[in-house]
Amino acid sequence: MARFAVRRFMSMLALLFATSVVVFGIFEIIPSYNPARAIAGRNANKTTVQEVSRKFGFDKPFYAQYANTMKLIFTGQIVDYQDQLNVVDQFKQKFPATLSLVIPAGIIWLIAAIVLGSVGALKAGKFADRALMVMAIVGVSIPVFLLAAVLLYLLAYKTSVFPNTGYVSLTSSPAQWAYHLILPWFSIALLSIGFYSRVLRGNILDMINQDFVRTARAKGLSQRDVFSRHVLRNSLMPIITLFGLDFATLLGGATLVTETVFNIPGIGQYEAAAIGNLDVPPILVGAMFTAFFVVIFGAFCDLFYALLDPRIRLSG
Amino acid sequence: MAERLLEVDNLQVSFATEDGVVRAVDGVSFTLDRGEVLAIVGESGSGKSVTSMTLMGLTRGVNSRFGGSAKLKGKELLSASEEDLQKIRGAEIAMIFQDPISSLSPVHRIGDQIVEQIRAHDKKISKAAAFDRAVELMERVGIPHARGRARAYPHEFSGGMRQRAMIAMALSLSPSVLIADEPTTALDVTIQAQILDEVKDLKEHSDSGIIFVTHDLGVVADIADRVIVMYAGRVVEKGTLDEIFYDPQHPYTWGLLGSVTRMDRDPPKRLPSIPGLPPSLINAPAGCHFRPRCPHEFDRCREVPPLEARVSEAPDHLDRCWLSVEDKRSRREVEGRIGLVKDTVPA
Repeated sequence: MARFAVRRFMSMLALLFATSVVVFGIFEIIPSYNPARAIAGRNANKTTVQEVSRKFGFDKPFYAQYANTMKLIFTGQIVDYQDQLNVVDQFKQKFPATLSLVIPAGIIWLIAAIVLGSVGALKAGKFADRALMVMAIVGVSIPVFLLAAVLLYLLAYKTSVFPNTGYVSLTSSPAQWAYHLILPWFSIALLSIGFYSRVLRGNILDMINQDFVRTARAKGLSQRDVFSRHVLRNSLMPIITLFGLDFATLLGGATLVTETVFNIPGIGQYEAAAIGNLDVPPILVGAMFTAFFVVIFGAFCDLFYALLDPRIRLSG
Repeated sequence: MAERLLEVDNLQVSFATEDGVVRAVDGVSFTLDRGEVLAIVGESGSGKSVTSMTLMGLTRGVNSRFGGSAKLKGKELLSASEEDLQKIRGAEIAMIFQDPISSLSPVHRIGDQIVEQIRAHDKKISKAAAFDRAVELMERVGIPHARGRARAYPHEFSGGMRQRAMIAMALSLSPSVLIADEPTTALDVTIQAQILDEVKDLKEHSDSGIIFVTHDLGVVADIADRVIVMYAGRVVEKGTLDEIFYDPQHPYTWGLLGSVTRMDRDPPKRLPSIPGLPPSLINAPAGCHFRPRCPHEFDRCREVPPLEARVSEAPDHLDRCWLSVEDKRSRREVEGRIGLVKDTVPA
């Protein structure tokens, strides 16, 4: 267990290093990129820009700039170039909105995928299964920005069943919070519901013909117990791996499109603005944030996996 | 006379597949009494497993069709409701499967899997009491340190121990009928012998009726009272252990007996085998199913021979072959032992 934790920690450090070098390096080779000019402002003259460049260390070699930036990030003093705001503070401030978006969406898609995947498998080949198949393909094929826009147009603009974008924090009004987030939740969840339910359906159909399922039936268990305790339990494994990684990337700001369309002030929206401004510090911190979650959730998944399947031993 | 447990009469099982209807079991009849071991013998695809699984309703499905009758203590199984069958499965008829590696759930503890079966039938028993019972059962089938081992997972057991656990599970509700579907096939020879001893022990110390499904006549000689030989969905010969081994009437039985390697004779240059393959059950040959592989085949074999007694001194010894008894007795002698054909391939 300690070995597992240490190894995961090492791989996290390696991943953070690699991610940060790549992201930092990309901006080094963008031709028109000049952070000093962005900081100095539109009307600054050449000497001002040079001064800013010296002050922020942009004239130093790549590795020195990188080391300096990393130091600022890990001491929590990194500021963005655009508004000189502390990036870590910004992340802290915007993370609750992203959590509000991602956690319920994850729960929705997991439950819906398990239910629909089970129905698809139990009714394999019948009408319900075929209908779900079509819906899954539609769900997987529609891009999030289109789905979000269509949902907003039909349910917020045309009929005003739901509010037209915006965000209310959970602490100020739980009801309004949920009411404002229902459409974003479903926009995020739909793609995964389609994909996960088809994967689960396939797993269940493989599992149902296993010898131990026949044993379970031969023991005299009810069909429900055979399904839930033996078939489903064994079919969920691959879904959990998928879920861990998808969930981690969403937490790290992959909700960019959804947050932008629905005007939710989370990490995704913040990142979208930073990318538009070629503002390196938020982009860099965002990428490292995602890498961090991917490793953490990967480890969680493996722990959960080992809990579900005793044949799996934790290793690095 | 011992209580009659099972009465199977003209059982038919067919499955609709994309290629056509597979007649997996075609007119199988047998009975099973308390304390008796009935062996069902045949190659893969002869319908022996389907026959035994049908008794538990495990072959039911949208594509399955059943005919004839199968009664447990007078109660019809083929038309029983799913709820009734659930009560019978595991409690009245229990089954041990071929491969103990894949037949146990990989993610549940051995003890819990036995507890699950006990509690499926006895709703009042507490978890702890059921667990104690599971430990007792595991001890009974020779699993050492049963209390600790009950908390282990199947992958932590050896193949033989897993099969013992399967047997413990099957015995957990003292079923009247125990079906062992090739319980030793997936095991090492030494472990096979141990598991067979377990089954023999059961035969002596419980009053269950045991159906032993196998393709291994060596195993049959060890434990069976009566034997059914199946070929391509049909019973081709049926009799007591002695009748089948010392006076086999059907050429297929000769072939099976001839393929058994014997420790008490010089080893043959080549292991004898029955030439050819079992027929597809979708387009089974007309007449006797064994005809295409049978060296003794003649014109009459195009008609299906009825399963009937042909040996006058043994009225319960039935077979499906048109040859006269005298003919059979002379033709089955191959190089001083029973066999189908002389091996013509030089060594």
